[in-house]
Amino acid sequence: MEAKGKTIKYGDNIDTDIIIPARYLNIMDRKELASHCMEDLDADFSKRINPGDIIIAGSNFGCGSSREHAPQVIKDSGISCVIAKSFARIFYRNAINIGLPIIECPEAAKAIEEGDEVEINFDTGDIKDHTKNVCFKSQPFPEFLQKMINAGGLINYINEK
Amino acid sequence: MGMTMSQKILAAHTDKKELKAGELIEADIDLVLGNDITSPVAIREMGKIKADKVYDKDKVVLVMDHFVPNKDIKSAENVKTCREFACSQCIEKFYDVGRMGIEHALIPEQGLCLPGDLIIGADSHTVTYGAMGAFSTGVGSTDMAAAMATGKLWFKVPGAIKINLKGKPGKYVSGKDLILDIIGRIGVDGALYESMEFAGEGVAELSMDDRLAICNMAIEAGGKNGIFPVDEKTLDYAARHLSKKNRGLFGENADIEEIKKGIGSVVGKIYEADEDACYEEVLDIDLSKLRPTVSFPHLPSNTRTIDEAEALKVKIDQVVIGSCTNGRISDMRAAAEVLKGRKVADNVRCIVIPATQEIYLQSLREGLLEIFIEAGAVVSTPTCGPCLGGHMGILADGERCVSTTNRNFVGRMGAKTSEVYLASPYVAATSAVSGFIAGPESVM
Repeated sequence: MEAKGKTIKYGDNIDTDIIIPARYLNIMDRKELASHCMEDLDADFSKRINPGDIIIAGSNFGCGSSREHAPQVIKDSGISCVIAKSFARIFYRNAINIGLPIIECPEAAKAIEEGDEVEINFDTGDIKDHTKNVCFKSQPFPEFLQKMINAGGLINYINEK
Repeated sequence: MGMTMSQKILAAHTDKKELKAGELIEADIDLVLGNDITSPVAIREMGKIKADKVYDKDKVVLVMDHFVPNKDIKSAENVKTCREFACSQCIEKFYDVGRMGIEHALIPEQGLCLPGDLIIGADSHTVTYGAMGAFSTGVGSTDMAAAMATGKLWFKVPGAIKINLKGKPGKYVSGKDLILDIIGRIGVDGALYESMEFAGEGVAELSMDDRLAICNMAIEAGGKNGIFPVDEKTLDYAARHLSKKNRGLFGENADIEEIKKGIGSVVGKIYEADEDACYEEVLDIDLSKLRPTVSFPHLPSNTRTIDEAEALKVKIDQVVIGSCTNGRISDMRAAAEVLKGRKVADNVRCIVIPATQEIYLQSLREGLLEIFIEAGAVVSTPTCGPCLGGHMGILADGERCVSTTNRNFVGRMGAKTSEVYLASPYVAATSAVSGFIAGPESVM
């Protein structure tokens, strides 16, 4: 599995209220919900991203609420992967459960800049920044989680068992 | 190598005798919780699993608390989805308007969590029940769906931070001040993926309401769970709040002392951390040195003591006293102690929200509601409403609110330029009468 796209960069502690404000949580239509992704921080987010784009962030990405709407709106916006220094734990499991690829790689999260062209190979854990012509190595997921990711999330994983 | 209290509870819910931090496990779940925001998504996801029925209808709890009484049509539709699901699945623990309370106040009160339980909830503040000596953590809606269908869930075994408490807190220092102080010290990711295990002689000085508020905000330090050892106060609380079903196990004539003796054997199980348990970090806190504490915008870790905060004369527009952190009876009493015979300052709105119907009724019986209304505050039916900017107290551009809730992120309670200051009920009530952030010692 691979991902390729331009990057959008944010700082530390991007919380779930920023990713999807609670005032929209009663919206069940996923397309409508995704149109509000990041809007209090980055009003043009949904307009400026292209399918495949990659979010780069600092530490504790996705802190706060357990709302699964957060990784879901990022995925439904067309983001192919989030690379961060670290993730808040509920966001981490929610992302895996719904099949949004995420990578914890402090070196890449620090060095990659907004607008860089980045390519990720999820099988090897390689992150290539084509703009800067540098490569980063991330830790692959433990086998159990890799199986779940390969199945496309927790629901498929349970159904396959 | 010994195990932490959290690791022991997790191990008891697997077929393994010993667990190590970092290990991936699948564990049996004692209770699955969802609310009106997260359950509709979980119900949709459960529909994709090859399972028609929940694994155990008595172990699923649905509490309608976030956007209720329904704030708009979409919210009403979501609650309807939950109601119909509960009906079709014969789930009796479905708490709708009239029976509901804010979930994390309601579940301990109704005796639905016991020492030694493994509880998951599709709400990040599910960590609250660690106060009961349970392992309890927040998850997402897909996790909730999986747990409802299979009764099991995957976990990464957490390491732990030990928080050693000693001393006795001052009169106006509450559990809220302690947890804000801790988050201020270690940061919003200071306990990332870890358990926060409380220990030491200072534990005995904290009431159950304090412990519930402390564990409630473990997530605000990034923690996987917060947990207190089981002591006399836990047993007393558990015995007094036993569910009807568990009460039946003790016979009609059993008194509180008899029931207390049965907590841990007849119902629930008591675990203690091993003496040689491994902790990533040990934090020593002297409760007698704590001051009332306020978290300034826009992170719970941005803390100042009340003395530093008062010096800044921060003018405010609103006060909220309630939520899963501080909507319990002792919080209502603390607010009333300050508001009695005083008036909410001009140009300040003060919203008081008892967290459950029982707390509401108790507040009524003790005359607290009269004190609130005479002071110029409003009293609302239980709801999470304003805490997450849902309804019942949304902030306009640039407005400031002192709130006993748990998060002060950008836009949390309304407009993105509004500001939330987190504090205890004592500080919130004093701020309401002062018109700026102030501690109880300034008026009492």
